[in-house]
Amino acid sequence: MSRPPSPTPARWFKALRRTRLGDPCLKTYPLESVDLLRRARVAFQAGRTLKENFRLAQLEAVVQMLEEHECDFVDALGRDLHKPRFETVVSELILVKNEALYAINNLKKWMQPQKVERNLSTTLDDCLVISEPLGVVLIIGTWCSPVQMCLVPLVGAIAAGNCAIISPSESTVHTTELLHRLIPSYLDNECFHAILAGLSDLPEVIELKFDHVFFTGNKEDGSKIALAAARTLTPVTLILGGKNPYVKARLVQALKCCLMEFYGSNPQESRSFGRIVNLEIFNRTRGILWRSGKVAVGGHVIEAEKYIAPTVLTDVAESDPVMQKEIFGPVLPILTVNNVDEAISFINKQEKPLCVYAYSTNGKVISRFMSETCSGSFCSNDCILQSVMVALPFGGVGASGMGSFHGRYSFDTFSHKKSCLLRSARFECVTYLRYPPFEDRNLSLMTWASSLSQKSQGWCQIM
Amino acid sequence: MESQSQVLERLRTAFESRVTIPEKFRRTQLTNLMSMIKDNEEQIVNALHKDLTKPKFEAILSEVEIVMNELHCALSNLTSWMQPEYVSKNLATKLDECFVRREPLGVVLIIGPWNYPMQLLIVPLIGAIAAGNCVVIKPSEVSAATDNLITELIPKYLSKDCYAVVRGGAKETQALLKNRFDHIFYTGSQAVARVVLQAAAVHLTPVTLELGGKCPCLIYGRVNATAAAHRLVWSKFFNAGQSCVAPDYVLCSKATCDALVPALRQVLEDFYGSDIQKSPDMSRIVTPKHWTRLMGLLNRTKGKVVVGGEHDEKDRYIAPTVVVDVAEDDALMEEEIFGPILPILTIESLEESIKLTKTKEKPLAFYVFSDESSVVKKVLENSSSGGFCSNDGIVHMALPGLPFGGVGNSGFGHYHGHWGFEAFSHQRAVMLRGWALEKLNALRYPPYSDEKLSWLRWTTSPKSCSIM
Repeated sequence: MSRPPSPTPARWFKALRRTRLGDPCLKTYPLESVDLLRRARVAFQAGRTLKENFRLAQLEAVVQMLEEHECDFVDALGRDLHKPRFETVVSELILVKNEALYAINNLKKWMQPQKVERNLSTTLDDCLVISEPLGVVLIIGTWCSPVQMCLVPLVGAIAAGNCAIISPSESTVHTTELLHRLIPSYLDNECFHAILAGLSDLPEVIELKFDHVFFTGNKEDGSKIALAAARTLTPVTLILGGKNPYVKARLVQALKCCLMEFYGSNPQESRSFGRIVNLEIFNRTRGILWRSGKVAVGGHVIEAEKYIAPTVLTDVAESDPVMQKEIFGPVLPILTVNNVDEAISFINKQEKPLCVYAYSTNGKVISRFMSETCSGSFCSNDCILQSVMVALPFGGVGASGMGSFHGRYSFDTFSHKKSCLLRSARFECVTYLRYPPFEDRNLSLMTWASSLSQKSQGWCQIM
Repeated sequence: MESQSQVLERLRTAFESRVTIPEKFRRTQLTNLMSMIKDNEEQIVNALHKDLTKPKFEAILSEVEIVMNELHCALSNLTSWMQPEYVSKNLATKLDECFVRREPLGVVLIIGPWNYPMQLLIVPLIGAIAAGNCVVIKPSEVSAATDNLITELIPKYLSKDCYAVVRGGAKETQALLKNRFDHIFYTGSQAVARVVLQAAAVHLTPVTLELGGKCPCLIYGRVNATAAAHRLVWSKFFNAGQSCVAPDYVLCSKATCDALVPALRQVLEDFYGSDIQKSPDMSRIVTPKHWTRLMGLLNRTKGKVVVGGEHDEKDRYIAPTVVVDVAEDDALMEEEIFGPILPILTIESLEESIKLTKTKEKPLAFYVFSDESSVVKKVLENSSSGGFCSNDGIVHMALPGLPFGGVGNSGFGHYHGHWGFEAFSHQRAVMLRGWALEKLNALRYPPYSDEKLSWLRWTTSPKSCSIM
């Protein structure tokens, strides 16, 4: 058998520089992904992830990993996003830990088969819905909440009994390297793997065939992911973004005071304020900021630090650059409208966002915004909080995505609900009515029973 | 005649006017749909007979009654389905309202197949209407008489502004798919499903796919061959085997096969008489093209035909046929049969059979016949499929409480009963906060401090309650 051709010099060089502790990890090539997927599939087929004890142990390992390496996560996110320790601990670590603990406390209940209402014909049978794992799932993270958006779906995937491959964002280099290093030390080495794939490589990875793909990111990339998944009939959950509107009057002065209170007179010096993840997004955000409306608060930028001050823009027009795409930066444009009707109409003209926020002391106004707009979620008199509650589903609709997760919803996302009818062959007393030769009197009896059932909600249904 | 884009614009305008939101409107439409079925039962039965030579009994049972049941289920439960679902709260949100609201998605598309052209179009439609959507309905052009009937009846009974029928073949469907919908519900083949899914991906449209697969039927352990034969024959040859959940092939030991074949033969005679082609209770293959495909499989099989095998091209008739000594690589094992041909593969051990099924794609249904609950349990726990039924076939999909849908290559998403309502709804998380407990909230505001973090950490520890 002839030897395979030698790798190119560039590949040799990269191969020599294999990941060492602390080094930024290198891309996982498609061949390696194939091997990791194969190992995960073998592990899944062997039934490793099915038992409740296994799933509990893995979930507990996730909690342990976060607790034992809190400093490392704080450090990594500080280097990647200048994320303050407080934000890292609260929004990335505690949040994931809560999800894992919630899953641990509820796993037994979630794994129980669900009994459903029977009809006359099945009255002696077991009619159940069983949640079974899908198989091997792919979780693609994003840079904005790099730990949360990889590990919260992973918690759901583990709880539901799947094997998983996670692909953290290539933009948050230190956090991704940390996850690569830690996952093999805490989670089962055959069932769970981390890869590093750029967004352009992901369609190729997806076409290796997974049983579910969970993607967080922007709409354009979401569409490419969905297309790749479509080619292999793979179901997807897409957590995308959108322009989340926020409605409130008499805002600017209040915002100024609040920003002073939170970050002091110079937010650049505040330890509580982060930075933009990379130059590309920094330049894009700076560009749209300077070409839109009027800067009422902030506006200061420092390229060397990728720093953009908390900024409020007023006199913003619908056609301004800041209103064309999701901002994803510390810039808040304010558009003024004359009344609630105009506000609702404006929101409904845009794509459906991930969240709609409404601030008012008037319950009727809140109610109108809630019932007359559509979004992934809705919160009145606060922001974000609805998305960190474990009991509420978090997900988009329309252009902001499809599917949801958190808590029980994560478990359900990564499960197949299998309907099961366990019959006995012995009781033919009712079943025989449906057999040929078909007779009108049997049909009448069955339709009569159906009509009874229709008054008492299905019990007498014979078929 | 309206173009597709005009139809869509009309429906979108109607949806944006919020006319489908009130419960009263949805109830009226569902009640009208019920009248449509009741008033036109005879025409429905006739159309189905024209398309598939479907016997009246089968048509009433599987296309009329099942739809009526779903309508009654929706009408009885709509109020509770539409209620917000309140969720458990944490310390910070104790005084707030936190719930999940079911909201319609918008304008949805339902593409129906030809094998149960009423049921598989109208049952999803019930879910879509109940959930408050506007709907574009695309019946299958293959079942032409039913296509004509649906096109005539829907505008007579349902709001013309909110529901529209779009007709045509592959070309028209591809054009329709270029438009943006808020959900697409497709029942049919995997090949077309890929096209649908790719068209939907461009617009980020969520999709429910109800596909098929080779549904295995394992017969092991202690089993009464005659009892099993009754249920197996009924579920396999109902609609001439053209059901996505029909048992596709049987796996059993040689001894079981030897007991089963004469039982099948006897039951077939009890059900359809000695000349099955003359029985009014046996359907026909839907088109000459489908008949030719099935005959191709039968001609290429290396197995032995022990029951049936008769056929008549002009009548699109194929007799209920049982083939034994079928190997794993036989022509009959290549693709979903979707016809009245039952291959039996002889595999001595249950474990080997389960192993064989694992080499195939996940099917829509999985069947096992056995009086031994340990056998049933073993198969259930070592297989994956859309649905599962022991000691019977097909009937698990008639219970509205059970979700009906596939997994893997047999599809994703599910419907029937409440599941149908959910399939066409967006579950929107809602939090209505008050202004009390602001002191608690202040813990999360900058400037961040270690003291605040300790408080937050304490309140989120497992012994305490989550604050954030």
